[in-house]
Amino acid sequence: MTEPNVRFDQVQPVGEAAVAEPKLKVRDVHFYYNGFHALKGISMDIPERQVTAIIGPSGCGKSTLLRIFNRIYAIYPKLEARGSIELDGENILDPRYSMNRLRGKVGMVFQKPVPFPMTIFENVAYGIRHHEKLSRKAMEERVEQALRSAALWDEVRDKLKQNALGLSGGQQQRLCIARAIALKPEVLLLDEPTSALDPIATGRIEQLIEELKTQYTIVIVTHNMQQAARVSDQTAFMYLGELIEFDNTEKIFTKPGKKQTEDYITGRFG
Amino acid sequence: MSSLPSVAAPPPDQDVRSRLDARNDRWFAWLLKGCALLVLAALLGAAFATLWGGRHAFSTFGWHFLVSPAWDPGTDTYGALVPVYGTVVTSLVAVVLAVPVSFGIALFLTEVAPGWLRTPIASAIELLAGIPSIIYGMWGLFLFAPFFAEHIKPWLTAYLGNNPDGDHPSWVYDHLPFIGKLFSTDYPFGASVLTAGIVLAIMIIPFISSVMREVFMTVPTRLKESAYALGSSTWEVVWDIVLPYTRSAVIGGIFLGLGRALGETMAVTFVLGNTLNLSASLLDPGASIASTIANQFSEAVGLQKSALMALAFLLFVVTFIVLLIARLMLRRLAIKEGR
Amino acid sequence: METLYLRRRVTNALAILLSLAATAIGLGFLAWILWDTVQQGIAALNLKLFTTITAYGDTGGLSNAMVGSLIINAIGIAIATPIGVAAGTWLAEYANRTKLGESIRFLNDILLSAPSIVLGLFVYTIVVLPSTAITHGNTSFSGLAGGIALALIALPVIVRTTDEMLRLVPATLREAALSLGIPQWKLTMQVLIRAARSGIITGVLLALARISGETAPLLFTAFGNNYMALSPLDKMASLPQVIYQYANDPGEAMHALAWAGAFVVTMFVLLLSLASRLAFSRNKVSHD
Repeated sequence: MTEPNVRFDQVQPVGEAAVAEPKLKVRDVHFYYNGFHALKGISMDIPERQVTAIIGPSGCGKSTLLRIFNRIYAIYPKLEARGSIELDGENILDPRYSMNRLRGKVGMVFQKPVPFPMTIFENVAYGIRHHEKLSRKAMEERVEQALRSAALWDEVRDKLKQNALGLSGGQQQRLCIARAIALKPEVLLLDEPTSALDPIATGRIEQLIEELKTQYTIVIVTHNMQQAARVSDQTAFMYLGELIEFDNTEKIFTKPGKKQTEDYITGRFG
Repeated sequence: MSSLPSVAAPPPDQDVRSRLDARNDRWFAWLLKGCALLVLAALLGAAFATLWGGRHAFSTFGWHFLVSPAWDPGTDTYGALVPVYGTVVTSLVAVVLAVPVSFGIALFLTEVAPGWLRTPIASAIELLAGIPSIIYGMWGLFLFAPFFAEHIKPWLTAYLGNNPDGDHPSWVYDHLPFIGKLFSTDYPFGASVLTAGIVLAIMIIPFISSVMREVFMTVPTRLKESAYALGSSTWEVVWDIVLPYTRSAVIGGIFLGLGRALGETMAVTFVLGNTLNLSASLLDPGASIASTIANQFSEAVGLQKSALMALAFLLFVVTFIVLLIARLMLRRLAIKEGR
Repeated sequence: METLYLRRRVTNALAILLSLAATAIGLGFLAWILWDTVQQGIAALNLKLFTTITAYGDTGGLSNAMVGSLIINAIGIAIATPIGVAAGTWLAEYANRTKLGESIRFLNDILLSAPSIVLGLFVYTIVVLPSTAITHGNTSFSGLAGGIALALIALPVIVRTTDEMLRLVPATLREAALSLGIPQWKLTMQVLIRAARSGIITGVLLALARISGETAPLLFTAFGNNYMALSPLDKMASLPQVIYQYANDPGEAMHALAWAGAFVVTMFVLLLSLASRLAFSRNKVSHD
């Protein structure tokens, strides 16, 4: 944390949000989908061990941006990202940046809970096994640790050998979080993680995010403004593929700098 | 720490892993692709193998092979006309009989029957498609052909054709000789082109009706509801809305049934009589390509074997074209549906 | 106005009546065929059927044909399942919406209804003839050749169901695995195929039902054998082929044996389609 966070790159990030050490430095990122220009020069600094929320009306490109952070978009043809995203100083969009390494460092949780068709234990162990060779004992500890961090351990400790599809939606989503953090990533991407859950399950996930941010850099995309206000430290507002405003969450929700942001959070469009 | 972006050397173990994964992925994709190409190889292989096997027949008889009615192992002369004619006529009879029945079933299952009755009846009809063709053949031979000879055939010859003794021509025979000829015969048994056509029709009904039923169900409810709202009857909705909307797929389903009928061996062989004579009458026995191959191939040698292979090639090409048309027609609706 | 209205009502009533009649015709034939198969089959059923070989003709049974059918079907399914699942996976996961993929999917649908007798002649050409030439006639027709012919018939069924079932697996499952750094091949083998497992099993059962009744492609590949053949390299009898042979025999007692065989084959096929339905309905339950 001794590193000065002022940088003099050609492209400056929007807003003054970057107060802590940036974990991800997004510079002039463009995204094309079948020739459609979906992201238009996004630049932002995502601070370490904080929660950064990305909000905006549907179709604004918030999920697209998130999906560039671990290059999951690359599994589909005809999608193209330009610009640079530095993770600890290395550009993850560089094709030489190992996909395996990237996916180990940046975990992701999706809108709908998608447990693998395996036991609860295997769901968590499956990803670890691909990256590390662990003894049985070490694996069991690792899985327990991940499930504890995801606040799921107490509910599933007696049924680790049962199929994960038998869990409730909220439990499945926490299992997916456990699965992601079991790899010990540095960044955790959450793509509308509560949109398929009921209010009680949503509350638990939000509480979990609060706990997780002491260890992980979290980026959450949400269509729920109250959620962004509750859980995040920084908030980015996107509209039509552009980053309109990026600042402290409190500032965004109380004194937004831009008219469009104000219109959106007060519900005048969206 | 440098402020310039750089790609630092990643930990070596991870990078090896990545390269290994990428290599495995490539191998895996090639393996799967190879298996998929086997589907292509099977079709091409079947075409080439039969063409190759039939090359002697094709080169000996040239285009005469296609139009000659002679099939005589005694003189070693072979022509495809009789089995081709038998194949085409039995299949057309089957389609003509199966289409209205299939349409009726599809209509019943989509618009007429109460909801609780639809699934069980649809399953029962599908069961018909599951019965092996050899069972159809046996049933046709032992039960349907005798029934046909006893109850249906006399009626047909009496009212549409000429009686076996040939001196009691019906009114139809006198006034519409073309139709009359179709139903005149002096052959006393149940095996005939029409019998085979009927058995084939029963076999393809489940195929055609299930395609029709499926495509009828793709018609948007709002379209049907708006027609009902205008006071249309069930029949009018089906005839004016459902059929035009699904026309190409319905034709595709019919061609699918036709393709099945053309290539069917066992159900036909038992009830066609296997006589390699050309006859205009539907009540005379005949032969189809598949039945001729099934009956003769094991004992055939030399040119006869080659002629049978040549027949198989013709059958394959014709069914391929018919099925191609069927799938193209079916796909048109799928595209309209945005699937 | 009145007459127009009346005519419309009469037309409609007639159409509904005819649709009822059509359904009755379909169900009637189903009942007729099944009834005769069951009745004649059960009448001819006895223990000897399962214990005596066909060499004794009308005083024998069908045991070698039953064993032969099992072996040939097993070979067919054993060949077609891995290839079919792999090809279906390629269509769904690697080639979806590519030109080659669409073409192969399309051609697979054609292979699905291709005349089985031609496929039998194809296998005769590429398996029976070469093996006759190589072994100087020691091995010509064989259970293996029959199995390969049946594999060609089972293949498109398995390709198609695998393809369809994998395309039902939600895309997010793929993304979730890939986001953990799992490579595509592992994802496919360990996650996707597992998620579509019961659907794929349904396809294999359907394929088995389809080939169990096939006769035409076996005539020139497995050929037949009056004795018990266990080696896949021997000529081998199968139930459909023996039924075909016996039904064309003039002897009444042979017909009875053919009916017994027909009954066994039909019951086997119908039970299989029932089992595949059950497997599929379980699939639906587990996937939502």
